[in-house]
Amino acid sequence: MKLNRRIFMGTSAAAMASLSSPAVLADGHGKPRVVVIGGGAGGATVAKYLAKDSKGEIDVTLVEPTRTYFTCFFSNLYLGGFKDIDDLGHTYGTLAAKYGINVVHDWAVDVDRDSKTVTLAGGSKLPYDKMVLSPGIDFVDGAVEGWSVAAQNAMPHAYKGGSQTELLKAQVMAMPEGGTFAMVAPPNPYRCPPGPYERISMVAHVLKANNPTAKIIVADPKDKFSKQALFQEGWANHYAGMVDWIGSDFGGGNVSVDPNAMTVTIDGEETKVDACNVIPAMKAGRIAELAGVTDGNWAPVNAADMSTKADADVYVLGDASQQGDMPKSGFSANSQAKVCANAVRGALTGSKVFPAKFSNTCWSLIDTDDGVKVGATYEATDEKIAKVDGFISATGEDSATRKATYEESEGWYAGITADMFG
Amino acid sequence: MRSAPFLKSALAASFVAGASLAEEIGDADAGEALFSQCKGCHQIGASAEDRIGPHLNGIFGRRAGAHEGFAYSKSMQRAGVDGLTWTAETLDAYIENPRALVSKTRMSFRGIKNPDDRANLMAYLRDFSDNPSNLPEAEPTARATDHDLDPEILALQGDPEYGEYLSNECLTCHQADGSAEGIPSITQWPEEDFVVAMHAYKRKLRPHPVMQMMAGRLNDEEIAALAAYFKDLD
Repeated sequence: MKLNRRIFMGTSAAAMASLSSPAVLADGHGKPRVVVIGGGAGGATVAKYLAKDSKGEIDVTLVEPTRTYFTCFFSNLYLGGFKDIDDLGHTYGTLAAKYGINVVHDWAVDVDRDSKTVTLAGGSKLPYDKMVLSPGIDFVDGAVEGWSVAAQNAMPHAYKGGSQTELLKAQVMAMPEGGTFAMVAPPNPYRCPPGPYERISMVAHVLKANNPTAKIIVADPKDKFSKQALFQEGWANHYAGMVDWIGSDFGGGNVSVDPNAMTVTIDGEETKVDACNVIPAMKAGRIAELAGVTDGNWAPVNAADMSTKADADVYVLGDASQQGDMPKSGFSANSQAKVCANAVRGALTGSKVFPAKFSNTCWSLIDTDDGVKVGATYEATDEKIAKVDGFISATGEDSATRKATYEESEGWYAGITADMFG
Repeated sequence: MRSAPFLKSALAASFVAGASLAEEIGDADAGEALFSQCKGCHQIGASAEDRIGPHLNGIFGRRAGAHEGFAYSKSMQRAGVDGLTWTAETLDAYIENPRALVSKTRMSFRGIKNPDDRANLMAYLRDFSDNPSNLPEAEPTARATDHDLDPEILALQGDPEYGEYLSNECLTCHQADGSAEGIPSITQWPEEDFVVAMHAYKRKLRPHPVMQMMAGRLNDEEIAALAAYFKDLD
């Protein structure tokens, strides 16, 4: 028998361990304390893995305002009628009961990095040795002329899961016969690169069944988008003549909206619309900015452990981070959370720290049983998280392959939500 | 090898009219060809052993989840305790859609929709049950471990602790409790099968792009570590 465990321990692991900080035990208090802000794909995962793997050695607090978390990933499938809204809701009971995480349902409203405390909207303060921020996205003020959060009832963004998703669906279903659905697509970088285009597909799917003479227009500030060839092939095959995508070359970035009049003006041409989905430019969730770890719209991080450039004891995961090549996705956040949990646990308890590996796959549904995917693996370099290898579904694939891809995406949803919450 | 045909009449009495069931006379030779879909996990014949799935000698009449020495999913064990026994009728339903019969089975198989194909497959399986044929006369037909992997790679002893860390990446899609819903279960596989499968992805012999990518950057020791970890995950 080859004793590779010994070889491994003697070389790579030891070398890796020596690179990590020596065990930092909490000064003046008992167990080391980690506060995680945001209970989505990054935050729920990092909290769970820290608590599970440290076996009680680390005191983990998770701050998340909602008691039931509705995933943004798969919300388009709700729009398309493939999922019920309840399929997308998840609660935190298992994280508290099985893993001993202190789940606090409140908003984090301030961070004092000098005294290492987080202030909650309810007024209490949480001290930390390490803090992990996974706040997702907020929208850039004034990004789309005429639109603000005050107008999100008339023109929903539906880019955070839950009530906005339900609102948009209701508006699509209420469109008059032959009406117009408009989308204002976001500029890069933004959460879930194929998301707007999967959404177009799902809206088209619903309209084809209920309102087949309806039209969809997309004003896009970009000249190309994720899985473009796959989506455009799918739109031509399933929804011929329904989708009009206006890229930046044709003025798609020169757009304003009037939520009172329900009009969209693209490159000077005003159109009356019946439902309008405005997805503005995005930035890191507000708490990252309040914590002072952002530079511009996002929080720059070190690839090896997701610690911020601004503060070695503050980590940022997922959409809010500026890390390099990974897309902003739930899968990415979950992947980054595992690297981060391993590094934070190593720093606080002296446990072995293994080399960072990252991966991502994004599945999209174009029509019933017509699923496509794109994915890549990544590694940590000194400058960034760098892409290693990748793949994308091919155009013209047979229907069995596409059906299998969709079934796989359902398996992934069951898998990642079990990984986050179960 | 040819045996008594698997007769429609043996089944017909217990079947509900109009249901999609195997009704034709099964052809064991055709069934042998169909068994290629099964033999990645199941062996059958004289030298058959338990692999990813239990061996299928004597499957007819066996109580579900009751073959000694094989680690079944909890749901399969429960089905057996509840009285599920493998007969022509129950096997037909299981092969048509495994998860419809045993909801959280670890058997990652989409099922065979065509009733004739199921009848043929069962005719083949039947040859390895006590009646009508004798097991010792059966030829060894299924070899789940067909591969040309370097024996030194197979001999690597994986570090389960490292495997546990590496497994985090797998668990974004594959479930730790062995549930298989659109993505296969990878828990409790014999280490050799796990290693062979991962190297087949790494060398792009197996076709799945996500798995080719994931396996592609795992080295021999990392694959061995994952095999060592998932072997005992329950």
